[in-house]
Amino acid sequence: MKLSELAIGATAVVREFPKAGAAFLRLREMGLVAGTRVTLIRTAPLGDPLEIKVRGYHLTLRKSEAEHVLVDPAA
Amino acid sequence: MALPAHISSGVSAAPSRTPVYALVGNPNCGKSTLFNALTGLKQKVGNYPGVTVEKKIGTAYSQHGQPITVIDLPGAYSLAARSPDEAVTRDVLLGRRADTPQPDRILCIVDATNLERNLYLVHQILDLGRPVILVLNMMDVAAAAGLDVRAGRLERELGIPVIPCEAVNGKGLIELKLAMSRADLPLSRHAWDIPAPIAPAVAELQASLTANDRKPPLIARAEALLLLTDQDSVRVAGSTPLSARTTEILQGWQKRWEGEGTDWAGTLVNSRYDVIGRIAAEAVTRAGHTGPTASDKIDAVATHPIWGWMILGAVMTLLFLSIFTLAEYPMGFIEDGIASLSDWVKKDSGLPDGDLRDLITDGAIAGVGGVIVFLPQILILFFFIGLLESTGYMARAAFIMDRLMSRVGLNGKSFIPLLSSYACAIPGIMATRTIEDQKDRLVTILVAPLMSCSARLPVYLLMIAALVPGDRVPVATKVGVMILMYALGTFGAFGFAWLFKRTLLKGAPPVMIMELPPYRLPGLKDVALHMLERAWIFLRRAGTVILGISIVLWFLAAYPKAPEGATPQQQLAQSFAGRAGHALEPAIAPLGFDWQIGIGLISSFAAREVFVSTMGVVFNAESKDDDTTPLRQALLATKWPDGRPLFTPLVCFTLMIFYVFAMQCVSTVAIVRRETNSWRWPLFQIAYQTGTAWILSFIVYQAGRALGF
Ligand SMILES: Nc1nc2c(ncn2[C@@H]2O[C@H](COP(=O)(O)OP(=O)(O)OP(=O)(O)O)[C@@H](O)[C@H]2O)c(=O)[nH]1
Repeated sequence: MKLSELAIGATAVVREFPKAGAAFLRLREMGLVAGTRVTLIRTAPLGDPLEIKVRGYHLTLRKSEAEHVLVDPAA
Repeated sequence: MALPAHISSGVSAAPSRTPVYALVGNPNCGKSTLFNALTGLKQKVGNYPGVTVEKKIGTAYSQHGQPITVIDLPGAYSLAARSPDEAVTRDVLLGRRADTPQPDRILCIVDATNLERNLYLVHQILDLGRPVILVLNMMDVAAAAGLDVRAGRLERELGIPVIPCEAVNGKGLIELKLAMSRADLPLSRHAWDIPAPIAPAVAELQASLTANDRKPPLIARAEALLLLTDQDSVRVAGSTPLSARTTEILQGWQKRWEGEGTDWAGTLVNSRYDVIGRIAAEAVTRAGHTGPTASDKIDAVATHPIWGWMILGAVMTLLFLSIFTLAEYPMGFIEDGIASLSDWVKKDSGLPDGDLRDLITDGAIAGVGGVIVFLPQILILFFFIGLLESTGYMARAAFIMDRLMSRVGLNGKSFIPLLSSYACAIPGIMATRTIEDQKDRLVTILVAPLMSCSARLPVYLLMIAALVPGDRVPVATKVGVMILMYALGTFGAFGFAWLFKRTLLKGAPPVMIMELPPYRLPGLKDVALHMLERAWIFLRRAGTVILGISIVLWFLAAYPKAPEGATPQQQLAQSFAGRAGHALEPAIAPLGFDWQIGIGLISSFAAREVFVSTMGVVFNAESKDDDTTPLRQALLATKWPDGRPLFTPLVCFTLMIFYVFAMQCVSTVAIVRRETNSWRWPLFQIAYQTGTAWILSFIVYQAGRALGF
């Protein structure tokens, strides 16, 4: 499933990532790589962007990027 | 890949001159706080030539009083730069900048509560083969969050000195200074294997960088690794370009990998995070499971769909209330001070009656004074912006506003700069440095002066007074017209932002990858220091320009001399300024303005509110304090030569519209020049804003006339 489809409060593991694009490289460098656990904390009051928790800190990204990040629900 | 022999064996030679340390770290890890703690007030702030990135150099003293130079590099998440700030950090560390010597040693500061992500940058920096000291900051916060971060383990894993520290209260500073003054700093013994699919490319690039770009071997290796992740690297002025041969090799590999479907950048990042994950697991243990942190609890309210808006609204209201109420007293003092200084020069300084004295009082003192009165407002604004930044609320405001800002193609980070511009565009424009994307930043700078600033208020108030019949303006009318003017400016700003993002400054769709740092109590000393630094930049940049302009404007109004016994009004009428007004009249007559209003428009270049005092001279109506009644009556009595009244309600309204859009503030021009590093953008800004002002005023005036107003 897509990161953007995660329910609020749910945790998942990153499966796949687009290779190209500066935004995705930056997301990787911020610690979001295949195998990383992410938790969707909340969406902004107007629904976009999203706030996620990754490696113990909080990060925002827009839905337009989150749609391309594939995740597996964590056990 | 094995590390070259000298890295693992040796100790670096003791530097013979003053050692130069570069201070690097992720944004929000407490870097500025540590820099201030280390160097005190011994700092020099400038700009890197060619880019608008702040260059901060300070001197720290070791426990034995030896000076140590510290360069505070801009905060960065990675050496694969995404913004000019990060590009400068990368270029200084790699010795790519001719204007800054490559630092001997590196002071890496990390946030202990967020070790993994912070170690990514450290990991890249260790590749440089320079002695590195790791500062483990925010140990108090880590402890409170139930994290046990063991410096000793990190030291063993990385092979470099690791100093636990709390920058805000100076804990660990002595140990840090002792480490910094060590003559023999060990080089990192940390080795990691470059992933197999890209190792041959790294080797080949490294060889070429050594041979063709004359890089030392270790730097060459670090550069090679970086080139692979730096896909569309941000190149900034002042950094040396790559040789053709190296570029060729790089492109050759990239083409090959693209064909094979190898995700080279991803592989590299993943392998670094693999190593980091292992190190962090060694060094950090979580003492039990802790519930939501204080920050989480605050955010549940501060970014709540309903409460979030209310809090944002309350914070902004508080900001504006304090700007307008708190600033009143110091503004009064400054006005009085300027008046008495001027009086003193006139009466008691012993200067003879004449042009020199008038130049000093009416030119320099009045002109500079007219801008200095805004200093309290500007200071308060800088202080608030600093406070919002260091508490972490700034990022929340950007998070909440992002969706709205994205409608015009900007992101949430443009919100605070634009909002600040309601008080004064200068702090707003200076606050755009937090916007990483250069195009977004430029668009924000270009439209910020359209937000109605407080210098326009006196003009609006005078025009509203002249617009409405009777001596007392009904509050509803006053507020209504005022809101209309603010709304016009706001819509104008967003409209132009939309337009510029689609045409002139078209870029990739903006992203909003931003850290939401935990809330923190601000270090008031650091915020105050930041405020003073900004204010000083403003005074230096704008002050000189304002002084020049004031003298020129004075000269234009004082020469040529009218015959003996002329009133100030007659003097102004036949001066160069008066003639310039006449020369301007054909251009502004279609807007319903005559040459006398023209003089007011010209004088507004010093600061918009000067319009009011100029009108006072032009129409010979002394207005005492804030009472504009005599001036208002003088305006209403003024007629065109053919007997029509000059200040009809339509003309007053048109004039306000002109002031909403026109770029008349030289201080802003000077600051935009500094922030964009060229004359191109400020000139463009003057042209587009004043052009829009003219066209809209023309439409309003002509349409109004046609409708019989
Ligand atoms: N509790 C605690 N707070 C700290 C410590 N060090 C810094 N802070 C606070 O953390 C906040 C951010 O510190 P800054 O020095 O502005 O961080 P920075 O890395 O320069 O951040 P940017 O200016 O955004 O690059 C401030 O509010 C500091 O007061 C620390 O050791 N403990």
